[in-house]
Amino acid sequence: MSALSMSRLPATGGPVRFAGLAILAAGAALPLLPGVPEFWITLLNAVGLSALVAMGLVVLTGVGGLTSFGQAAFCGFGAYTTAVLSTVHGVSPWLTLVAALLLTGAAALLLGLLTVRLSGHYLPLGTMAWGISLFYLFGNLDALGRHDGISDIPPLSVAGHALYDGRSVYYVIWGIVALAALATVRLLDSRVGRTIRALRGGVLAAEASGVDTARAKLVAFVYAALLAAVSGWLFAHVQRAVNPTPFGLNAGIEYLFMAVVGGVSHIGGAVLGAGLVLLLKDQLQVVLPWLFGGSGNYESIVFGGLLVLLLQHARGGLWPLAARLLPAPAAPAVDPAAEPLPRRSLPERGRPLLEIDDLQKSFGGLAAVRNVGFSVAAGEIVGLIGPNGAGKSTTFNLITGVLRPSGGAVRLLGSGIGGLPARAVARRGVARSFQHVKLLPEMSVLDNVMLGAHLRGRAGVLRAVLRLDRAEEARLRREAAVQLERCGLGDSLHRPAGTLALGQSRIVEIARALCLDPLLLLLDEPAAGLRHAEKQALGALLRRLREEGTTILLVEHDMDFVMGLVDRLVVMEFGARIAEGVPADIRNDPAVLDAYLGGIE
Amino acid sequence: MDPTIALFLAQDGVTNGAIYALLALSLVLVFTITRVIFIPQGEFVAYGALTLAAFERGVLPQTAWLALLLGAAAFLDDLIRLPDRRSPRRVLAALAGDVGFPAAVLAAAWWAAPRHLGPLAEVPLTLAMVASLGPFLYRLVFRPLAEAPVLVLLIAAVGVHLALVGLGLVFFGAEGFRTAPFSTAVIEAGPATITGQSLWVLGVTGGLILALWAFFGHTLTGKALRATAVNRLGARLVGIPTAAAGRIAFVLAAFIGALSGVLIAPVTTVFYDTGFLTGLKGFVAAIIGGLVSFPLAAAAAVLVGLVEAFASFWASSFKEVVVFTIIIPVLLWRSLRSGPAEDEE
Repeated sequence: MSALSMSRLPATGGPVRFAGLAILAAGAALPLLPGVPEFWITLLNAVGLSALVAMGLVVLTGVGGLTSFGQAAFCGFGAYTTAVLSTVHGVSPWLTLVAALLLTGAAALLLGLLTVRLSGHYLPLGTMAWGISLFYLFGNLDALGRHDGISDIPPLSVAGHALYDGRSVYYVIWGIVALAALATVRLLDSRVGRTIRALRGGVLAAEASGVDTARAKLVAFVYAALLAAVSGWLFAHVQRAVNPTPFGLNAGIEYLFMAVVGGVSHIGGAVLGAGLVLLLKDQLQVVLPWLFGGSGNYESIVFGGLLVLLLQHARGGLWPLAARLLPAPAAPAVDPAAEPLPRRSLPERGRPLLEIDDLQKSFGGLAAVRNVGFSVAAGEIVGLIGPNGAGKSTTFNLITGVLRPSGGAVRLLGSGIGGLPARAVARRGVARSFQHVKLLPEMSVLDNVMLGAHLRGRAGVLRAVLRLDRAEEARLRREAAVQLERCGLGDSLHRPAGTLALGQSRIVEIARALCLDPLLLLLDEPAAGLRHAEKQALGALLRRLREEGTTILLVEHDMDFVMGLVDRLVVMEFGARIAEGVPADIRNDPAVLDAYLGGIE
Repeated sequence: MDPTIALFLAQDGVTNGAIYALLALSLVLVFTITRVIFIPQGEFVAYGALTLAAFERGVLPQTAWLALLLGAAAFLDDLIRLPDRRSPRRVLAALAGDVGFPAAVLAAAWWAAPRHLGPLAEVPLTLAMVASLGPFLYRLVFRPLAEAPVLVLLIAAVGVHLALVGLGLVFFGAEGFRTAPFSTAVIEAGPATITGQSLWVLGVTGGLILALWAFFGHTLTGKALRATAVNRLGARLVGIPTAAAGRIAFVLAAFIGALSGVLIAPVTTVFYDTGFLTGLKGFVAAIIGGLVSFPLAAAAAVLVGLVEAFASFWASSFKEVVVFTIIIPVLLWRSLRSGPAEDEE
């Protein structure tokens, strides 16, 4: 299930910070030390440039579960933009950075829009085609100097000092790497970052929490492209010449290789991977031609073999090995003093909340739901029961926008919601849990539940990167903790969700749904897998929610649980509604008995 | 553009398109059965062409050594991984298939190479060598990753591509080769001049498509493969060994790739890295077919060939740009048609 490895956030504890500072100091002093060979500086500069690109792939591939082979083409966008503007038009390199970012961002947005709604493998294939197209375009346009490229690009200059040599540009490169790492950590630890992390759990659960998953993919893709553009822009001013070769598909593949070697789920992995791959490449380019005779890119044999072995035996890359030396990251604290989130006003008790009329759904020739109609009043608990295959889950999916009805109407407080996308239904106050639990196993219980509060926050990428989202994050986190507390999971906030028992996972889904502040809560077999005491606690929770005015529609097979809890029951069989009424009547309904007992006379 | 040029370009486009169709078919085949987006498919084309070219020069193609090496590795891998298959009979059978077969091909190639026996002997040897690479690669690379997500399989496929291109450089050198055509016949039909070689390409492609159709529609193995493509778990539950299905898919893919290489070797100069672009053009066609539809992919492949031929006339240096940009409108169209988001398993 998990694509490459874990999506744990980078460590930010005290000792880690100290170790980080030590490395930082060593890195800063390096070019000043006498006797450090020029080769080291050149190599470290190249590592920094590649690490920027690989960091984008951490967000895209390691966290978001998407991938791109076209990152080198985005580098090319950045590099050629600044090359043209600074040589032909004499624009200052610092201004061309803005142009490079804008142009690359627009290109990535366009390509992203084409592929984000398609299944995952179209994006890498699209980026591959795009990488080749751009490579040939760079090499054949007169304005870009064809295959010779553009030379005499001015160096960067800081306060009037042109940075010609590697030692001085070293600080610019690694300063930018540090800024990018900081921005990336902040992005991933934010409301938007949660939506990117949620992509790995499939789109259904995220959309049910109101997350626009296509947008989350787009954010990850554009962010990765922008980091590549910065790298390309720097590259042009460090090399002071550009040509198509470093922006071809092979370079794009190499960036992905770096991310996989280092550890695609960790920002540290991007730097580690870039360093290891470049060092290895440098050594192989000496050894292999000697071994095979002649010259050529023999290192690709070793790289290819290594890539396969890594995926087979160490899919998380090498960073997790390094990270073992570091203390475990501290879990973010819940601030009990954070201001509670505003709640939506609930409709008055007894008013029709959900009305379903003549609902139809057929899959090809199979009518899964036929002429189903019932209504749920505000403040009620209604049970939807029926034998397996009766169409209960399909009805749920039709109400929540996972499926589009073939006919009929679904109304919430009088306005139609049938056929709306899942996240629009969520926005109107319909929250749900799933029959097959959809949690992100590697993410903490708290973070999983915070995703449910997505629609109650507003912070975007910029606020996350500038850390202006802390107050809001604290409120969302507090809300998630409160909901987990009332569901009886207050002591499991920081456990990875994957370590919970199935029954508890179902409760986490309820807490996540509650974070939406729903008018209507749809629960798909919430009591399955619970022990007796847990069922009683769940029943008590649902009754309390009803008292508070939340309306609940639930599918459940445990009749003891259902009969003692619900106000009314709707019974389905073979896609049709066969009975509706209070539990006592349903118990004696001949059609229901027939459906459940198989018509034994 | 006069009709003669147009007809020439069309012939060129259809001939190349036929090759892309073969590649697109193998890509769809491999993807539907094993979920592997098989980027190195084009490498089989280059290996096929260059192996045959080596025979023509009277040199032993090193592909034979690679097949033997991978076969031995796959044999040892099985021995370590699958302890329940260590009965002497099974080990001997595996040894015969994994080591004996490539060794026999190597011996035959060694004997045949300096003797210039002509295509009738050299083509089958070429096909045997390259086709055996497919299942060995499947067993060594993809079978251990069978439960991994599509993304991981794709990155592994890229790893295989890198390794095969590098090895291709070691085996065949940086120089490009073109082999002797199977037919030098030229047929004048009005304004059109049809070459015998393009008839060969079209004939073999047509024959192969018919054979695949018969295999998948009318044999038990073919039907089992289709079942695996529709639902892997379901196929396994009814007793279809999905690993065997994967092996067969890779044999077919490698064989079709090698055959494509043998067919285009007389038409175009093939370098050790030519296969990548050729294979990706097959991908463009496969994507147009949504990576699942065989007829759509085949038709799209001919379209790709035609676009390429005419683009090389009107804007030769932008030929690749045009060909690979075709997928943009295709992706747009697919994106607009896609329904509500669904989870991928």
